[in-house]
Amino acid sequence: MSKQRIEKLKNNVEKDQVHSASHAEAKTVIDPMAIPKMKRRGFMIGATAAGFTMVFLPVALMTPAKGFAVERGSFEPTVWYSINPLGEITVNIAEAEMGQHIGTALARIVAEELEADWQDVRLNYVDNEARYGYRVTGGSWSIWQNFDLLSRAGAAGRKAMIEEGAKLLGVSPLKCHARRSKVICRDKQVSYQEIVQKGDLSRRYSEQDLADLQIKQPDQRNLIGTDTTALDIPDKTRGTAIYGIDAHYDGMVYAKPMIPPTRYDSRIASIDDRQARNVAGYIQTLQLDDPSETVPGWVLVIADSFHAALRAEKLIKVTWNNGPAANVSEADILQRGRELIEAGKGSTVVDDVVDEKHVNEWMLDAQEVIQAEYTTSTVLHFQLEPVNAIGLERNGMWELHTGNQWQSLSMPVYAKALGVKEEQIIMRTYLLGGGFGRRLNGDYGVPALLAAKALGKPVKVVFSREDDSRFDSPRSASVQTLRMGFNAKKKVVAFTHAAAAGWPSEVMADFFLAEGKNGEKFDPFSINGANHWYSLGAHQVTAVSNDLANKTFRPGWLRSVGPGWTNWALESFIDEAADKINVDPIMFRLQHLSSRGKNAGSYPNSIGGASRLAAVLKRASRLANWGKQLPDSTGMGVATTFGQERDMPTWCACIAQVHVNRSSGKVTVQKLTLVLDAGTIVHPDGALAQTEGAAMWGLSMALHEGTRFEKGQVVDTNLDTYTPLRMADIPEVEIEFVDSDYQSVGLGEPATTVVGPAIGNAIFQAVGVRMRDLPIRAADLKDALASLNRGTKADADLNQLV
Amino acid sequence: MSVKLSVNGKHRELDLQQDTPLLWVIRDELELKGTKFGCGIGQCGACTVHVDGVAIRSCITPVAAVEGRAVTTIEGLDAQGNHTLQKAWREVQAPQCGYCQSGQIMQAASLLLSNPSPTEAEIITSMNGNLCRCMAYGRIKQAIKIAAASEVGDE
Repeated sequence: MSKQRIEKLKNNVEKDQVHSASHAEAKTVIDPMAIPKMKRRGFMIGATAAGFTMVFLPVALMTPAKGFAVERGSFEPTVWYSINPLGEITVNIAEAEMGQHIGTALARIVAEELEADWQDVRLNYVDNEARYGYRVTGGSWSIWQNFDLLSRAGAAGRKAMIEEGAKLLGVSPLKCHARRSKVICRDKQVSYQEIVQKGDLSRRYSEQDLADLQIKQPDQRNLIGTDTTALDIPDKTRGTAIYGIDAHYDGMVYAKPMIPPTRYDSRIASIDDRQARNVAGYIQTLQLDDPSETVPGWVLVIADSFHAALRAEKLIKVTWNNGPAANVSEADILQRGRELIEAGKGSTVVDDVVDEKHVNEWMLDAQEVIQAEYTTSTVLHFQLEPVNAIGLERNGMWELHTGNQWQSLSMPVYAKALGVKEEQIIMRTYLLGGGFGRRLNGDYGVPALLAAKALGKPVKVVFSREDDSRFDSPRSASVQTLRMGFNAKKKVVAFTHAAAAGWPSEVMADFFLAEGKNGEKFDPFSINGANHWYSLGAHQVTAVSNDLANKTFRPGWLRSVGPGWTNWALESFIDEAADKINVDPIMFRLQHLSSRGKNAGSYPNSIGGASRLAAVLKRASRLANWGKQLPDSTGMGVATTFGQERDMPTWCACIAQVHVNRSSGKVTVQKLTLVLDAGTIVHPDGALAQTEGAAMWGLSMALHEGTRFEKGQVVDTNLDTYTPLRMADIPEVEIEFVDSDYQSVGLGEPATTVVGPAIGNAIFQAVGVRMRDLPIRAADLKDALASLNRGTKADADLNQLV
Repeated sequence: MSVKLSVNGKHRELDLQQDTPLLWVIRDELELKGTKFGCGIGQCGACTVHVDGVAIRSCITPVAAVEGRAVTTIEGLDAQGNHTLQKAWREVQAPQCGYCQSGQIMQAASLLLSNPSPTEAEIITSMNGNLCRCMAYGRIKQAIKIAAASEVGDE
């Protein structure tokens, strides 16, 4: 970290000090100076040879002024938790709670070092306030980025408790230890509650103090890695959990969108609401004027209830002059990607030479080259709670009540839409009825704020399911070309991988773009996965932005993002290579996974490198009994993934066992076996649940869901034709985690991207057909089987002739 | 138009259009937010409530259709929220985002009312119309089995 940066960080600490004191009196008041600072202390990002690095700068730990602590009666050594005079320990959660039980896991980290009795711990999901720093919940980053920070926050509190507890006990702190919310010195003890009531807890830690704090060794832990139940679950079984869509504000009106024919550049030609005027509760039809250009050409139906808005909408006629994307189809998008790849466009993300010889030369000299094109269809997030938001103005402040995964990305957009400063807007936090990356893009908040401004009253915008699907930022369709060159000894000497898709970061977060070796920018999220850990000779990866996709819709970050397509192609193609040289697919992978050179890994995140991937692969192979005899039309397929980023790898292997119905082409997944090494596991059952869900997402996107663009819109907007996995479709699933003390990495996404290629590879083993388009549709497989049979028959006929 | 409703044992008379979907009456007129909106076409099950003990999709049920009948929502399934299924749901830690779970639990409760010891196939048949986008299906199925076993055990 540069000196200058440390200075900035220190300034922010001082600023926060002031702010947190005012926070005690009025929760909604935000220090107007604090927010711009937030950006600077947020995070750094820079391109590296491997792809990109993200370093989150810790939000500084601090002790509030003595007066503040006394006034509140609570001990609040950092912004991350407080202990009140009742002994209740409230952990502040700045991450979005969307099914991953992140609050529980983060609180376990704090409680571990604080030596808190878990029974005393409560969660507080905080609103968007500057003192919590940069706000984003995505990328499976939450545990990884917070582990050390929250450990130190907890340890700071424990140190203070021991010092003050020792005073109250009249003993030396050196003779005391803390355990289960008590400070203990031989037969004497004092509770944290009593210490908060009686002790003098005003203290301040320097950067050095915090760095010097003793953090537990893995074998000293009591909570991390042990079973517990998630604190957010009970309310979710009683119907008492509050999601954004459950928010209510007195005096609010409801709004239902009428979405234009294209995402961009549609202009309203006419609005006729005469017939709707007789609908009880209908108020008006509102045309939005949006300086942020998030919702161009939008109309909202305003009513005193949502059901009245639904009723009125059916009677309102809006005509638009369509934007230029009004006739774009899925095939056009794929074709554009194909053309861009063929024209050699894009950013060179990886360009590793071997023996000073470029991949192109290796390819020219190769004895044999295989090449394949892989495609994936558009995928919807389809989070079950349709996007929604309440916008309102109160006491000169704008409020947005909604579930959101990336407040820090959304705030500038809202400010632009309203024409106010960011510090005049506060986002209220709610549970998310599913995130999956949809709510990283907070675009749905814009119409609520614009309508509240236009109408001068609180407005609750609720999207119908169809609105939600049409306004989704879906996972872009993709097209990829892979080539592999073998020498005369059947050794792999060259490998190239080019992937074209719509790029979410280019459209919504261009500060995330990194620079490729040819000077062209690339979206790391859209090419992650292609920068793999195999040693496969000279290696080139090219990321191509599909401009037609970007113009037609707003590409989104969907659970894992790029590896959703890159790993499908990579891991399928690896099997094609193994088949080409007649080597078992697991053996082929193991032969090319070695912790040498660029694949050695580094401390702390990727320590061990490729050998850790080999280890999970071997274990999955044993667990699934790889190579066992299987019935006809049944096969096992394998795939691996390292999650999303090379800099934060979660090592994962999957073996799928499938049966193919040769007459219908229907694939039945009988069993999935997954082994993961995610370093230290904080909340084991939460980790398991995330992996179960991610694996089922992978299965769903492999066989059950996918849509396509026609006339500039997704064709499937509801469950009548968009068909995610149901209970009847789930296979047997066996999941194991490697017991590890290494750096905690992510678990929300990795299993998502390993299942598709494992299924594709299993289909090949079962019936000899290579599927290269995702999702794998029964009709396509049936056709492929038919042509395979025709080919076999033709071969047989030919042989007879010979 | 006046509509007489009985929801969770409470009687209410509301001025509503007869074709208003029951879901929005429950959520926005009666302010019982536990019942969720997911698809609006009766295909996700997030809006599942009971009418005379039978699971229905409230998003496609006109309010007039339930006049004079007993509507039960997740809030009314058990006064303490400790129905056998709710306990089983917590035991297996079924919910992830949790948004579909009120509907899942109401669907399962209806199943167990009519069939206290369902087979695996019967569970799947009954539950297949309830989408869980987090795809926690394995745990939901397990919770239903546990609840069914404990109900039988209690008798």
